[in-house]
Amino acid sequence: MFNSYDSNTLEYNPDLCINCGMCSTVCPHGVFRAGEAKAKTKAKLVNSLACMECGACQLNCPVSAIKVNSGVGCAFAMMWSAITGSSEVSCGSGSCCNPILTIK
Amino acid sequence: MPEMIVNPTHTVHTAQATPPANSDIKHIIKHTTSNITPANRLDHFLARMGVRRNEHRVEPGLYALGDPTDGSPVFASANYTLSFDALRSSLRGIDGYILVLDTMGINVWCAAGKGTFGTDELVRRIESTGLSDIVLHRTIIVPQLGATGVSAHKVQSRSGFKVEFGPVRACDLPEYLKTHMATEEMRRVSFPLSERIVLIPVELFLIPLPVLVATVIISLIGGYMVAAGVISAILAGVVLFPILLPWIPTKDFSTKGFIIGGLVALPFAWSAFQGASGGIDAAFWMQSALALAYILIMPSVTAFLALNFTGATTFTSVTGVRREIYVHVPKMAWMFASGIAIMVILALMRILGGV
Repeated sequence: MFNSYDSNTLEYNPDLCINCGMCSTVCPHGVFRAGEAKAKTKAKLVNSLACMECGACQLNCPVSAIKVNSGVGCAFAMMWSAITGSSEVSCGSGSCCNPILTIK
Repeated sequence: MPEMIVNPTHTVHTAQATPPANSDIKHIIKHTTSNITPANRLDHFLARMGVRRNEHRVEPGLYALGDPTDGSPVFASANYTLSFDALRSSLRGIDGYILVLDTMGINVWCAAGKGTFGTDELVRRIESTGLSDIVLHRTIIVPQLGATGVSAHKVQSRSGFKVEFGPVRACDLPEYLKTHMATEEMRRVSFPLSERIVLIPVELFLIPLPVLVATVIISLIGGYMVAAGVISAILAGVVLFPILLPWIPTKDFSTKGFIIGGLVALPFAWSAFQGASGGIDAAFWMQSALALAYILIMPSVTAFLALNFTGATTFTSVTGVRREIYVHVPKMAWMFASGIAIMVILALMRILGGV
């Protein structure tokens, strides 16, 4: 009711992790922490709820250990694509970034 | 004599005039500097105002910044003037190449989300500019937020170039380049007050025409006080909300909007209740109905605008926003519709009954 952000679609399988460090590098919200290089530990999911589902970690994980249904968390774009029946939900796809609909 | 010393742009002009030493290079390298001219500043201002939003573009391709050699670093950027100018002005005193991808005038992060700042375009641009003939190394520094569209291992296997994700903000690049290691701070996006305020003009200009038409119609039905209420609700959603965002209770943007809209509606409801705007001899129940209409319409308008601000923030997830839409938008619609219905009934009674 007051918190719609208490879960998300991020899934991490540490068994596959090779600790390349990409997930913790690309994440803008510190969701992952890299493992120790010497101790050969794996990346750790340390702040799962901060995930905004941008998909950078999934795209840059070379062993597909991360899964997330990524997309643009923009209400306007989502409602617009629902109204127009368009399947693509993103910035600049005829919603908020369409200059025809808005005042110049 | 002093003129020659204080002319830092001199080297740029010679670089432009002299053809590249390696005359085999058939690809065009454009030149740029770290200087932000008054014309650039005007362009930035217009972009921030939302004027011709899709036209703040840089020509895609390879740019030489300063006097780069075949060992100089290569930086990727978007062909949005605010992105490109932030990068080149941050690299003052550094010689390098800037590879501008065609993102159709959209910034790095948004374009990466859409995929236009992505693996395919980066690989295509590396090939079309002949980058591997121009530099001897095989590393390209990509802004961290580009990672939503750029897959480093795929770029490496397809182009031979190693993608190094630099800091989130271009201004951290000089510090980053000393060690090629980013601090935790450099890797995090934030959304401070200054960044929220700078979005307000664009959000204001984004209010669609139908909303303004609706406001005019509402003012015709309910009078200037009602129109003022609607405009206040809109401003609460577009101006007050972004400023107060982190301090409004609850996590959902919609409920935050209901709270702010409710607070702004209170004085209107109170004045309606007092009869100040409900006609001189309006009956008690009519005054109450008008007060109720304010309480129904204003928070629903503010909440809707607040919900739409999710797209401008740096942290909302698709899952959360979708849930918000399902939970709160029906409430907003019902509140708005019942408020308007009350307004219309009151207006009809005033006209027909001469109250």
